[in-house]
Amino acid sequence: MQESTANQVAGNATSSFSEHLQRDRPELLPYGRALPAGSGPATPLQVPHATTIVALSYGGGVLMAGDRRATMGNMIASRHIEKVFPADQYSVLGIAGTAGIAIDLTRLFQVELEHYEKIEGTPLSLDGKANRLGAMIRGNLPMALQGLAVVPLFAGYDTTAGIGRLFSYDVTGGRYEEREHHTVGSGSVFARGALKKLWRPGLTEAEAVSVAVESLYDAADDDSATGGPDPVRQLWPVVYTVNRGGARRVPESELAAVAGSIIEARSSARREA
Amino acid sequence: MTQQFYVSPEQLMKDRADFARKGIARGRSVVVISCEDGIALVAENPSPSLHKIGEIYDKIAFAAVGKYNEFESLRQAGVRYADVRGYSYDRDDVTARGLASVYAQSLGAVFTAEQKPFEVELAVTEVGSSQEMDHLYRLTFDGSIADEKGFIVMGGQAEKVSSAIAEGWHASLRFRDAIRLAMRALVTDTETGAKPKALPVQAVEVAVLDRTSESSRGSRRAFRRLNEADITALLAEED
Repeated sequence: MQESTANQVAGNATSSFSEHLQRDRPELLPYGRALPAGSGPATPLQVPHATTIVALSYGGGVLMAGDRRATMGNMIASRHIEKVFPADQYSVLGIAGTAGIAIDLTRLFQVELEHYEKIEGTPLSLDGKANRLGAMIRGNLPMALQGLAVVPLFAGYDTTAGIGRLFSYDVTGGRYEEREHHTVGSGSVFARGALKKLWRPGLTEAEAVSVAVESLYDAADDDSATGGPDPVRQLWPVVYTVNRGGARRVPESELAAVAGSIIEARSSARREA
Repeated sequence: MTQQFYVSPEQLMKDRADFARKGIARGRSVVVISCEDGIALVAENPSPSLHKIGEIYDKIAFAAVGKYNEFESLRQAGVRYADVRGYSYDRDDVTARGLASVYAQSLGAVFTAEQKPFEVELAVTEVGSSQEMDHLYRLTFDGSIADEKGFIVMGGQAEKVSSAIAEGWHASLRFRDAIRLAMRALVTDTETGAKPKALPVQAVEVAVLDRTSESSRGSRRAFRRLNEADITALLAEED
């Protein structure tokens, strides 16, 4: 009797917010909904998609950047969407894929990390955070099979090891640590090519910002679903850096200057492609 | 078959209340002070890891005296309640008033229906954009709830500590002054009669709810736990 009570107490004690929701309020989870069998639409659902996130390491930390465009088929659904978010004080998260689910997953992940920190009185380790994110993406697998996939990119500063680290995922929740840089989304092939040429070990933070913006510029150049810097609307990519001091959003003024100098360099080079 | 003795409901409730009160009176005190910089929470607590003060949500903190396992389970339930509410509605929809009434209901239910009442006393506090918008709720073991102004003192020698705080409290205190005042007042708890001197920093647990966390630290989470070095530095600050 006593032992079973103890087991029950231990079983109920969870520091995970998503586990708590799963048990008490499953309807609030963004994933895990049982879709009616065999009734999937003939053509994939037309919902906003977010594209192209780049992340790279630099001397002392990691950086993540995302463009501002969401598309729905061949239409631009939004020019203002943000795809890179701070997950907590020392980590950031970028999302590509079905925007609605991705944004909800991000919100859930943010609460998950904060919830753990409050319940346990200590933050989760960076590996712990990366694994939790993998588990959430795996939870979304049934939706991914119906065409509503979310692919995140995760970057954080490992306070114990004193280094910035970078993680990529596949739709099954598989987690892979990247060493130098990585990109996800429809424009990722072009961004990856640019990163391969522009990235080098030991970049400074300012150089890293410029490399990230330029690789997004290249992605936008060739991928219609990725939005480039927009000087008319004064829209610049969302860029976060994470280092010993925590996550910081790079201010618009800095990005405007970086994007401006890239556009200038490209136009003065007088080259077509 | 043995005959069940009749106990009047009045007597039953009185016994339970006495029992809970005794349990709480054994514990050391906690002080919550609303001041100009925000809300300071100070507890006499020699353990560096078993906390009496905790973060619940962006602007909301929790402080408790009594039995650790009981208030810890209430704290965790509070964090779950707040996180679920903030996730399903919006972060702004989580308020100390809502949380306090949930606590009042659970404490009340346990007090009347369970074998044994909770031997705890809680404070739920929310920092506002100005001092008038601060909320300080005190909850007792039977589910009664009180909306306090200025400060709350709970625990063992609550009356003595409370009168010491009342003497020194005014609205324009800074965190530094509030913590000094609390540390001086908490001494009356242990050294009765003797000349009061402040507790050592190792013996207190201090946390604050920053009124200006958004502008000063860029964080919507106002709660900040102070470690020994932080407290020493803060107390050493000159006027």
